[in-house]
Amino acid sequence: MKNNKIYLDYAATTPVDAEVLKTMLPYFSEEFGNASSLHSFGRNSADAVFNARLNLAHFFKCTGEEIVFTSGATESNNLAIKGVLRAYNKNNKKLPADERKKPHIITTVFEHSCVLKTCQKLEKEKKIDLTYLPVYSDGVIKIADLEKAIRENTLLISIMYVNNEIGTVQPISQIGKLLAHINEQREEKIIFHTDATQAVAYFDTNVKRLGVDLLSMSAHKIYGPKGVGMLYVKKGTKITQIQDGGAQEFALRAGTLNSAGIVGLGKAIEVLEKNKKKETKKIKELRDYLINKILKEVSNVRLNGSRSKRSPNNINLSFSDVEGESLLLYLDAGNIAASTGSACSSGSLNPSHVLLALGLKPEQAHGSLRISLGKYTTKKELIIFIAKLKKVLEKLRKVSGEILKEYYSKKK
Amino acid sequence: MQYSKEVINHFTAPHNQGVISNPDGVGMVGNPTCGDLMKIYIKVKKDAKRGEVISAIKFETLGCASAIATSSMITDLAKNKTIQEATKITRDDVAEALNGLPPIKIHCSNLASEALVAAIEDYKKKK
Ligand SMILES: Cc1ncc(COP(=O)(O)O)c(C=O)c1O
Ligand code: FES
Repeated sequence: MKNNKIYLDYAATTPVDAEVLKTMLPYFSEEFGNASSLHSFGRNSADAVFNARLNLAHFFKCTGEEIVFTSGATESNNLAIKGVLRAYNKNNKKLPADERKKPHIITTVFEHSCVLKTCQKLEKEKKIDLTYLPVYSDGVIKIADLEKAIRENTLLISIMYVNNEIGTVQPISQIGKLLAHINEQREEKIIFHTDATQAVAYFDTNVKRLGVDLLSMSAHKIYGPKGVGMLYVKKGTKITQIQDGGAQEFALRAGTLNSAGIVGLGKAIEVLEKNKKKETKKIKELRDYLINKILKEVSNVRLNGSRSKRSPNNINLSFSDVEGESLLLYLDAGNIAASTGSACSSGSLNPSHVLLALGLKPEQAHGSLRISLGKYTTKKELIIFIAKLKKVLEKLRKVSGEILKEYYSKKK
Repeated sequence: MQYSKEVINHFTAPHNQGVISNPDGVGMVGNPTCGDLMKIYIKVKKDAKRGEVISAIKFETLGCASAIATSSMITDLAKNKTIQEATKITRDDVAEALNGLPPIKIHCSNLASEALVAAIEDYKKKK
């Protein structure tokens, strides 16, 4: 990368692929038409959006009408949850008062904040009953817990495909199968949503095989531009728009289409589809090299989350006797960019809810480092990173001395 | 959130870092739940004119950049001060000497002044 900087934070965002950028550029100033306009300017934009839609439909194995473009996964997740609830309430209001039911939503304790906060708020406003599925030390939910959580009034299940912090993979297609079975016997079908933002680049995204009704993603995690994403909405899913305005996107998402962004997403998907298998293999090998090397050569370190049920690009480690923000900034001073689940870097005083959900002690969560790889990562970069990491750990562990051990021995 | 240059300087090359093997006072504050633990060691000398003076001071810290920088700064500020003077060092003095701290990091400077006071209290108790 540029200026000898090493970027190991691809789960946060990725650079726009050169081919993607080239495809997008004309849609800013030459082909700038509003895709809803009837004249040739509008038609040209609409055609470009149409082609992007086809690329996505091909990739997710659905139809173009099932693709709803949004401003990113945050909006897609909000639309999925609030849109399903809104549609339900519209219908519920028509029923006699004694037949109205408060809907129930099931999610997990370690969703991205845009899902968690949406659900928490709806619960607080007494609009829904909410169940959080636990995750275990491997960072994976148990289907048996889900089965137990389902109630008569369950409306929606929202479970992420790959966790953004620890990279663990959830059994989405198994859940899809289970729900298909359960829904056969139910009059009011349970709707299944997955936030696939971190999964799209590496895992199966055939919505039929997954058995999902709704699926969210963001372009900037797959070498596309920021501020554009998609919600897959299976035909027949009971959902309404949550943002009032125009009738764009099959009346599910009001607002002038971000045509340049959508073109970028369409191209990013096309490029991804071409290289997905090869890249996944290469990145997985780099990940395993890094994990093996660090676990072998660095003392007092643990890998957070399952080793096997894990995204090819994610390595999440906790180091004892160091704090994540310090670690991150020392690495940054050495031109290496990574991420941490420490509270100290986040603006709140609580460490990552994801790591605590795995059962880590607060100091282990504070001492965490997330390294996420991408298609431009090289082995040479990883070798430089490991050498730097060792130096930085030595330095920070010298600064903290035996302080943690002493704290616990005094407490006894 | 941005750190001042002074914070980064103290964080990347902390002053007075380490242990005093026969300290006259030790103060440890903080709590691993919120991510910070700080320990300050002092040596006190009697000066004929000035009274009890902190002649040596060292720290150990487990915490964020701001926690390490404030530890480094407070040990600089307290060195060669009398214990009365040192007790009066506030978190604002530390933050100011570092050319400011991001608002959410103010509690780290709090910790530094608490650790110093705890070390002085420990010295007084022992004497
Ligand atoms: C799992 C997951 N969901 C949702 C988001 C939100 O994506 P965006 O910020 O593009 O809306 C992210 C990205 O941080 C993510 O990793
Ligand atoms: S150690 Fe966490 S904010 Fe300072």
